[in-house]
This record gives sequence, C-alpha cells and structure tokens, in this order.
Amino acid sequence: MTDTVERKALTKEHLLGVYRVMRTIREFEERVHAEFATGDIPGFVHLYAGEEASAVGVCSNLDERDTIASTHRGHGHCIAKGVDTGEMMAEIYGRRTGSCHGKGGSMHIADLSKGMLGANGIVGGGPPLICGTALAAKIKGTGGVSVAFFGDGASNQGTTLESMNLASVWNLPAIFVAENNGYAESTASTWSVSSDNIADRAAGFGMPGVIVDGFDFFAVHEAASEAIARARGGGGPTLLEMKFTRYFGHFEGDQQTYRAGEVEHARAELDCLKRFAARVTETGELAQADLDAVDAEIAVLIEGDVAAAKAAPLPTEADLLTDVYVRY
Amino acid sequence: MVPVSDDRIVPVTMPKWGLSMQLGKITAWVVGEGDDVKAGDDLADIETEKISGTLEAADGGTVRRIVARVGEDVPVSGTIALLAPADVTDADLDAAVQEARAVIDAGVPDDAAGGPDLQTADVGGRRISFAGAGEDGDVVLLVHGYGGDRNSWLFLQEPLAARYRVYALDLPGHGASAKDVGEGTLDVLAGAVTGVLDALGAERAHLVGHSLGGAAVLAAAARDPGRIASLTLIAPAGFGAEINVGYLRGFADAQSRRELKPVVTQLFADESLVTRQLVDDLLAYKRLDGVDEALHALLGVLLDGDSQGVNSAALLAAAGGAGAGGTGAGDTGAGGAGPGGAVPVTVVWGRDDRIIPAAQAEAVTGADHRLIDDAGHMPHMEHPAQVQAAIEQNIARAT
Amino acid sequence: MARNITYREAIHEALAQEMERDETVIVMGEDNAGGAGAPGDDDAWGGVLGVTKGLYHKFPGRVLDTPISESAFIGAAIGAATAGMRPVAELMFVDFMGVCFDQIYNQAAKFRYMFGGKAVTPVVIRTMYGAGLRAAAQHSQSLYPLFTHIPGLKVVTPATPYDAKGLLIAAIRDNDPVMFFEHKALYDISGPVPEESYALPFGEASVVREGSDVTIVTLGRMVHTSLEAAGQLAAAGVECEVVDLRTTSPLDEDTVLESVEGTGRLVVVDEAHPRCSIATDISALVARKAFGSLRAPIEMVNAPHTPVPFSSALEDMYIPDAQRIANAAKTVTGWSR
Repeated sequence: MTDTVERKALTKEHLLGVYRVMRTIREFEERVHAEFATGDIPGFVHLYAGEEASAVGVCSNLDERDTIASTHRGHGHCIAKGVDTGEMMAEIYGRRTGSCHGKGGSMHIADLSKGMLGANGIVGGGPPLICGTALAAKIKGTGGVSVAFFGDGASNQGTTLESMNLASVWNLPAIFVAENNGYAESTASTWSVSSDNIADRAAGFGMPGVIVDGFDFFAVHEAASEAIARARGGGGPTLLEMKFTRYFGHFEGDQQTYRAGEVEHARAELDCLKRFAARVTETGELAQADLDAVDAEIAVLIEGDVAAAKAAPLPTEADLLTDVYVRY
Repeated sequence: MVPVSDDRIVPVTMPKWGLSMQLGKITAWVVGEGDDVKAGDDLADIETEKISGTLEAADGGTVRRIVARVGEDVPVSGTIALLAPADVTDADLDAAVQEARAVIDAGVPDDAAGGPDLQTADVGGRRISFAGAGEDGDVVLLVHGYGGDRNSWLFLQEPLAARYRVYALDLPGHGASAKDVGEGTLDVLAGAVTGVLDALGAERAHLVGHSLGGAAVLAAAARDPGRIASLTLIAPAGFGAEINVGYLRGFADAQSRRELKPVVTQLFADESLVTRQLVDDLLAYKRLDGVDEALHALLGVLLDGDSQGVNSAALLAAAGGAGAGGTGAGDTGAGGAGPGGAVPVTVVWGRDDRIIPAAQAEAVTGADHRLIDDAGHMPHMEHPAQVQAAIEQNIARAT
Repeated sequence: MARNITYREAIHEALAQEMERDETVIVMGEDNAGGAGAPGDDDAWGGVLGVTKGLYHKFPGRVLDTPISESAFIGAAIGAATAGMRPVAELMFVDFMGVCFDQIYNQAAKFRYMFGGKAVTPVVIRTMYGAGLRAAAQHSQSLYPLFTHIPGLKVVTPATPYDAKGLLIAAIRDNDPVMFFEHKALYDISGPVPEESYALPFGEASVVREGSDVTIVTLGRMVHTSLEAAGQLAAAGVECEVVDLRTTSPLDEDTVLESVEGTGRLVVVDEAHPRCSIATDISALVARKAFGSLRAPIEMVNAPHTPVPFSSALEDMYIPDAQRIANAAKTVTGWSR
C-alpha cells in the first residue's frame, strides 16, 4: 500500500471540488439504497458506496479529452466524470428524462459527450472499448487518455487480459483500474484471483502495476496522476489496483451472508470521506464548516433529484422502437 | 456480312448498338418467312448486355429466310435473315443460310476488340471522356442530355460512322467524365464540347445535341461560330418556358429503382423500352460519388423556378444559326448556308415528348423541322433511322 | 468507367478509396499488413487472403496489425468508433465470433438504444464465411443468420464485385455497426466495377434475373449457384426470377413479395443451416404476407443441420448445388393439390 504519499499541493477549490464529488456519490448511493428498499426502483442496482476515492481520485486527473469505461457498479464513475445526477436518478427510475431516456437503467448509464462510455452489464466489457478510444486519441493526437475501471471479477476475464496486452503492444494511452473490492458477487478475490495481487499481472503485459489504498483519495490521486502523465506523454499503459471494500451487497437485496464484519470496520476506520475530512482539516486546508456546507448542499441536490425522478414521465410506446439504429 | 451468290439476296444483319457491343440476341421475330417488309418496318426484338431494342428494316423486300433463332447469340454484323425476291432459288438461299450459320456458330473471336478505347481530354482541370468511330469524313460530335451519357447514341453512332468520324462525349457530371460540374453552367458544358474538338484537332465540326446537350452545343457554337459546320438539335432545351419539372426533379432526387422507373418511363413514347437493365444502369450512375451534386447543380441552371432557365434562342442567334440571318420563321427547310453564311440547323422532336413539348420546335426559327411520330423525348433511341436521316441531311446542307 | 476486377480487388479498392477520402477510416486485424515485428517485409500478407495488401504503405499509421486477440481488437474497433473514427476491423473467419461476440452483440449493437440515442458507432467488421475451401468445421460456416437476429447490427452479404465495392463503401459511411460478410469462394470472381466511388443503399435487393415461373430468393455465393440452376431450368422451359437480398438486415421485403406475387412460387436458397436461417425467415415472410399469391408450398434449399465436413466428398454434398435448386424449382412448378 502507498501509505506515505507525497502530496502535490492541491488548491482549496480543488480539494473542495473532490470532496463535493465524493460526497455526491455517497449521498446518491445511500439514497438509492434507501429508495430501492421501498420498491420504487426497478431492476438490478449495484452500489459504489465505499469506493468513492477510486473514481474521484482517478477522474480528478482527467479532462474533456479523456474517456472512461465503467462497470455494472458504475454510478460513482458516472458522477466522477461529470454526468448529471438528476438525469442519472431519472434513468435509475426508468424515466423518459433519464440519461438514456429510460432505455438503459442503472447498468447502462452513459454520456459520451462527457467521455463516459457507459456503465456496462458485461463483466470485462469495458477494457477492449477503451483500447479503441485510446487508439483514436493517439491517432488524432489529442493527448487524451482512456481509463477502464473494472472489478476483481473482471480481472479474470480474457477481455481484460487481452486488452492489457493489446494496449502494451500498441503502446496506448490507456489506464487499467482494477477496483478490487474483495468480492466478485459472493466469491472472494483472495480465492478467485490466482496471483497475490491483481497488480502483479501487469508484469506479464510489460506495464507498471501499482497497488493503491483505495480508501485514500490522496493515494489514488497521486498514483493515477503519475500513470496518466506517463500515458499522455506516450509512455504507454499502467495497471492500478485499488484495494478496498464495498459497503453494500453485490446488488441491492444481497443478504451478504458471505461476509463477516468488514463493512462495519471499513465504515468506522477506513472510510474515504472520513479520512479525507480528517486530513484536510488537520492541515488546515479546509475547515469543517466548509465540508458541512458541502454536505448540506449535496443533501438538497439529491433530494431534488429523487423528487424530480419520481415526478418525471415514463417513456411512451413511441420510444420503444426509436434509436435502434441511426438510420435503418 | 456474308457474301452471297446472288446480289438480289439482301442480308439483314445484327446491328451494332453501342461501340462495345459484340453480341446480340433475338428475343422475338416480328416478321416471318414470306412477309413483305418496307424500310422502317419492325423486324425483330433484340437484346444486348446493355439494352433491348427493335431492329427496323433498312431496305424493303420479302423475308425469304430467318437465319438466327430466338435466344441465340449472334455476333455483330452476322446475318440474321435474308430478303430476296420470289424468283431467287431456294438453293441459292440455302447456300447463303449455310454461310450465315457458320458465322453465327463461330461466335465472337476471343481476341475481338471490345470497341474503341475511351479517350480523355483535360478541359480546365476536368477529365472529359469521349469515344469515336469512323475513319474518314467530317467530324460529328454527339452531345447527350441531362442524366444521359455517350451511350445514349448507341443506335446512331455506328451507322453514322459509315460516312463520318463520329464522336460522342460524356458531359461533365456524366458517364466517365469528371463528376464535378462547378456551378453547372452552360459555359462549363460548352467548354467540354470545345475541349473535345480541340483534343481531336477538329477545326470544324458538325454538332448534334440532345435536350440539355442541345443547349450545350448552341453555347459552344455561340462562342466560336466559325468552327461549327452544322447543328442538329434533338428536343433541345431553352426554346420555351415549359418543361416537365416533375421529371427533372424526380430524376435528380430518385434514390431507388421504385422511384426512378416511373420517372424514366416519361422519356419514351413506348414505355416498354424502359427495361430493368436501363433503370439499373441509370441508378448505378446516379450512385457514383459526385453525381447527385452534379445533377442538382445542373438542375439549378436548367430551371428557373418551374420554368426553363436556359435561353437557347439567344445562343442560336449568337451562333449565327439559320434564323440569325433574318430569314425568319417561315424559312423552314430552306437548306444550305443562309445569308451571311448561316450555319444550317435542323431541329428534331418526338411528337409525344413529355419532357419538353414538341411545340417548342416552332421557336427554333429558320431551322429545318423534323417531327417524329410515336417518339417521346428520346427519338434517337426510339426511331434512330429517322434521326440518322435528319442528321445526314443537315450535314449535307452544310457541304 | 467500369472495368472487370475481382471481388478481392473490389473490396481493396473500396477500402483504399474510403481511406483516401476520410482520414478517420482505419483498418485493423490479424496480419492486415502482416509481418509486424518480424525481420522481413512489413507488408507481408495484407490479411490471410491478401485483401488489404498495399494499404499499409499508402496510409501510414492507419493499417494496424493486431495480436490474435479478437475480443480486444474487435472491441477496440468498436471503442474507436465511439470516439470519432471509422474503423474497419477484420474478423478473419466468422467462425471466430465465438471469442469476441460479446463486443459485437452486447456492446456495439446496443450502445445506441441502451444509451438513449446518444451513441454513434460507425464500425465495420469484415469477415470471411462459407464452405468450399476444405477448411472444415471451424473455418467454413455461414453464420450471418446469428447476426441478422440482433437489433442494432446491419448485415451485408455481397455476391458480386460491383456489390462488394458499393456495399463496403456504404458500410464505412454508415453510422451504425455493420457486419460485412465476404464469401471465401468469391474472392477470385470478376465483374464490372466502376473506378469511381459509389455507395449502394442497404435494404435494396437486386433482381439478378427476371422470370415468371419461380422466384428464387438467395444471397452471397448462392446467387451464382442459383443463376446456374436458373440457366438449366430455362433450357427446360422454367423461367426463374433470382432475387439477391444483398443485405439481410435491413431486409428488402418489398422486392421479395413483389416477385412472389408475380410468380406464385418460392424457392429460398441459403448456405446456412436450415433452422432459424435466412431461408426460414424469408419463408415466414412470404407465408405471412404473400400467402394469397402462393400456388405451391415454399421450398428451402440449405446446407444440412451438420457441421461443415472436411472431406471433399462430404463437403461437396454439404454445399447446396444447382441440381438441388433445380429440383426444388421443379417441385414447386410441378406441385398440384
């Protein structure tokens, strides 16, 4: 673990910004958890709470040239890349006003205008795609990088391994972010991943592999910053492994009988928001009042998103057949 | 052609429709053995790779023998039937049939040329394609209309080549020529006409233009009247306001066979001439990159609102055409060079033209007028022999 | 100006002309240049059958060799398409779809719908199909029905050099994902092809022979086999109308139905296995929408419900031939209640 990270000076605005995004994700996910329990939200929902530092630590190094691909646990990546939370919430409720007009749902929220290539219902679906967006950036010379977020489950998929090989062979500006939250569905990564660490596999593909404390925003930010700078400079891909845990089950409704106490420990001792707050108030970079103000602001935002989503119209029969093709 | 023992035996031969035609197939005989025919009568329906048409009799006589069977391929100029008076003996006829059969059965030699090479001229940076036939005589240049190409002369070019050096060009935006037409003005089209004459080294030439090509040859003549020996205008654009706007826009806009076929049928009096192959060939042309833009640019010049946008009468006057000498509209068929060395002009129109009304022929003052029965906008395809005669007579007036 | 070139040359010419016209067009696949990293020529192959040979030096940096990693590079082509490129990826044999199908049918095909119309994925996947080269069970299949089934994909099966060029240009310019099926036995056939670029619209069948007695609906290599059968049948007095579908998705229903309305009899000829094939699809279409015109039950001529065999003795029996088509046509013309 990168316990002692040498921090680059982040401005107050920047720090407040990343806190706001992490808090937005947390509030969003806690609220979806609560609303799902009421039965109002249809389908499969996989929550990102606990993993916020990964999405925000990586995406706070990205700009509009850059593209990310996400997973079935994609809300955090969407928010971190700038997708509108109101549209996301409406999408999760299956509303016409949603990011995908109600045709995608939680597992397929995307906004290509923001460089968000989609949450993805297929484990290992994203890594090949970001090889392509990275290739496009390389050919066009935009300086853009592409990031694939994937879980410990996907780290065993051929698509992921093939993509890391291809990214190295083509020397692509690609970052592979393995979010090892300990479980692929109910199966422990300590059992399913044959190597000690997912990051160890980087060596097999000729790229650096870095293990990162996924609860520590600053550690993630630093590691991602270095990898992204290398990629932008033509230095090729990097594999980052985030080690942490998720606070909720694989999906909403998961009784999590395979787990034993680590969530309580993580929430109490390791939580990324708590650690972030402790650190910035300790250094005096931000005051607790600043953070409290953000918390209050976000609570109002998400409350509004939920209310708007519930009030929004459902798609109509006319929407069923549209947008299968650009032209058919 | 097969030599015959008795010169009273007149062979009917497989025509050459289009410079690349090598084989034709008779799909139906209109006449049978024993029938009397006169020149211009329909003899047989013939199909080539590119087109179907009806062969008209060049001479009159009695059909004594049908040589080629329906459905078999016959090389161009192979004898397909024999005309002869009643007193020619069966033995002589049978000998002639035997020789003719030998030619048909031999087929096309493997090394047969597929027609003259396509030539190109660079005209102001545009590639202009043209192809020629004939070795001696005056230069005759054939200029097709809107959406056509040099192959629209396929029934005429080879027969005319017996007496003249006959070239057909592809206007810019058409056929094998560059598809860019710029603004699509008559100037651009006229430039292509004079560019080809330059490439041929022709100091004087007889111009034949159909429809938009009629306006194009007039524009070329207006630029350099001294270069033009005669003008034959077939259903020319620009001699009146009225034009079938639905046809023009329909042709330019059609995206599929279903859309194009009902448009194209308006070109002909006999709609059965619009075969699937003809429509498919036109579609293939329309789908080439740049053609859509070219056709729409030309449309903008051809049309002014829902009327014709081209003034050919003014061009004719500038060219010193027949009417320009002040001889007036009543001077039709006067023949020969008019006062001041006016260029002889003949205007040919199908009476059943549904694209540009045949009545506009009246506006071509001083010209010899030929109105053709049972023909639409494409008389040179529907009644090529009559159009050929009109062209040859007009050329004769110039010399 | 048209001249005769081969199906292979027509495909190459379409790629070259589109790469010339649009610098976002890139080509990728196994050995598409050939010789990457090897000590010899760096344009050694041009794909296993030489279709892309010569593009590598003409378009530097835009012809990419790939590792044998179909999931990764087909997915990369799809990803690049979402990011403003127009990639043409070569899936060497369609039989290899098994190792990359997810990227095609779950990713490319669904982006636009799943993302509420906000994605455009102009990718072309060229792939070789069909029996006849003694390539056996894993290199010879005709799997276009599987792709035709998937909403969001377009499926193109050119039979002639002219169609191959025009349909590939259209595929590259199309803003949806296109599966472009090239029959491996057609690469060396020749036909007239204009030198100029042209795009043929999808969803427009071609009536390649007109006839009044029987409609033969077919596609790909079977167009040629069907024409051979139609020639034999004409000599026996049966006039067949042969309809080449050209694209199976979108499908030109009108041309099929109009033809059957004219002839009253239908034979569908499809190199795929019979179950859930183009043959069953067309049969169902005609049974539903032209039932009143039918004067005989529909006949289907397919490969059998077996893997493609290796031995020439077996493979020749496997591939539908003119005799089977002619027999089917005779069955429908001879049918009486």
